[in-house]
Amino acid sequence: MIEPSITRDSADGHFLQIKSIVKTYDDVVAVNDVSLDIAKGDIFALLGASGSGKSTLLRMLAGFETPNSGQIILDGEDIVSLEPYRRPINMMFQSYALFPHMTVEQNIAYGLKQDRMPKKMIADKVVQMLRLVHMEKFAKRKPEQLSGGQRQRVALARSLAKSPKLLLLDEPMGALDKKLRTRMQLEVVDILESVGVTCVMVTHDQEEAMTMANRIAIMEEGRIVQAGTPRDIYEAPNSLQAAEFIGSMNLFHGEICVDAEDHAVIDSQECANKLYVSYGVTTALDDKQVVFAVRPEKTMISREQPDSEYNWCRGMVHDIAYLGGHSIYHIRLDNGKILNSFMVNSDRFADAPTWEEQVYVYWSDDSGLVLRP
Amino acid sequence: MKTPVRFSAWMFWVGMAFLYLPMLSLIIYSFNESRLVTVWAGWSTKWYGELFRDEGLMSAVWRSLEVAFWSANAAVLLGVMASVALTRFGNFRGRSMLHSLVAAPLVMPDVIIGLSLLLLFVSMTDVIGWPQQRGLLTIWVAHATFCTAYATVVISSRLKELDRSYLEAAMDLGATPLKAFIQVTLPIIMPALVSAWLLSFTLSLDDVVIASFVSGPGATTLPIEVFSSVRLGVSPKINALATIIILIVSLVTLAVWWLSRRKLQREKLAK
Repeated sequence: MIEPSITRDSADGHFLQIKSIVKTYDDVVAVNDVSLDIAKGDIFALLGASGSGKSTLLRMLAGFETPNSGQIILDGEDIVSLEPYRRPINMMFQSYALFPHMTVEQNIAYGLKQDRMPKKMIADKVVQMLRLVHMEKFAKRKPEQLSGGQRQRVALARSLAKSPKLLLLDEPMGALDKKLRTRMQLEVVDILESVGVTCVMVTHDQEEAMTMANRIAIMEEGRIVQAGTPRDIYEAPNSLQAAEFIGSMNLFHGEICVDAEDHAVIDSQECANKLYVSYGVTTALDDKQVVFAVRPEKTMISREQPDSEYNWCRGMVHDIAYLGGHSIYHIRLDNGKILNSFMVNSDRFADAPTWEEQVYVYWSDDSGLVLRP
Repeated sequence: MKTPVRFSAWMFWVGMAFLYLPMLSLIIYSFNESRLVTVWAGWSTKWYGELFRDEGLMSAVWRSLEVAFWSANAAVLLGVMASVALTRFGNFRGRSMLHSLVAAPLVMPDVIIGLSLLLLFVSMTDVIGWPQQRGLLTIWVAHATFCTAYATVVISSRLKELDRSYLEAAMDLGATPLKAFIQVTLPIIMPALVSAWLLSFTLSLDDVVIASFVSGPGATTLPIEVFSSVRLGVSPKINALATIIILIVSLVTLAVWWLSRRKLQREKLAK
């Protein structure tokens, strides 16, 4: 295996800078003033629903679309006006776009031939790439004779063959079935890390983004909602949009009633008790409306009433989804609101609460978040 | 349950007979001894010998093949260019006009195409002095014109459904748009080019109406030759010629079928 040449921290600055990019189609704004900094060696995921502008942004990086305004600076060079075939950027397409009339070898060699590299060097590089993706045995096959996972490896090898400064992945697992997907996610990350290439990927699958990327940007309606590490985005979403996009959330709409330096208390119609967060929330006097959010896996269920003053509510077990590793409980509160709670099934046949049983849902003081509606 | 099966089998054979009995009788009568087409007088291959000795007919065959070959070439070339313009350049001004103009010869009666081309050639001779006289060149121009319409339909429907990402992938890997088109798009759509070429070739070989308008002295194509000789009474030579043509067409069709079946089997084997 090749030594990892770059450590994956975001310390060494601005390798790829996207500066206030705007792209409109007729009257529709596809990408609206997006700016991002991506460090060398990052695997960066653009996460969003379809129509969020993530693919348009990727295509602008590849050069297939031209932004209306803004700059894309790669390694100190503005590449906006560069044609796609002159950019030191390669892309792995969602459909892989392997050339059906060429063998695996010829596909991988195609980009190198365009650079008029000597034949011997091309052959060496092709062998090296085939070894990298474990496809040595399939060099003479045509793409139609390969399985989905094998095609993906060839596509990856082809896009890495020219040693691009930036690799783009468009829905990399989109064409694979679920089981293969999980395996290939880790395998692709291994390959990318061994090469040390900087990578921007587009996906609508949050699990995929969190598995593969070390930084994620959530896009919605052409804007970046939040960018950060997977943990930042999951544990500290900066907005309701970001919180609802990744994972699931229990939300309580309410008003701030105590606003201290190190804690805040929220009064909500939707919960019988007051809600407490262990950090200060600076609010304007006339804007006390907030949303209290807590993730299902941070809540606990018990049959006894908690003795705390804050952060619990009473309800009935409405539904249980038993998933093996954990169960998802849907608890209906007295006021009709449904809360989600995860319970880890650590005992094989534990005496867990069952349907229509009265239970209490509670969580610790530092589990909750305050978001703006 | 049995009756419908027997009925459909029966209908199948009636249909086959309807389609192929005329050709079969033509083939059988090409081996007829008699010089009267409708009277059977025993087996003979003498009309094949007569056919190859008939210089007028043989030169018409070669002339027709030549015209068909070059018409098909021109039609495919123009068809590719028109298809690229129609499918890849987005919604440019006049796109729908180009689309209907290219497709117009498909629905236009041959008589009108032939007559209008004749008038065009005549007035061109008056104004710019070219073409000096009508002949093979004018037939070629006429055939290329109407074959382009068919070629464009075949090629553009293939190009329309072709995933754009092939071309983009080639450009992404460093090929200029023209290079990407030649090295990637053209090989992928090659089957469509081949069928467009064969279709144009057949149409040109088959055409009698347009060719008789725009042909001139010494430029008699096979269909014109056959057509005019039939008016003087059908010679069994024509039967012999038709038999040879049927044989060649069947062989080509069989070869195409065999090649595509082999390809399909190889794909199955790989999976």
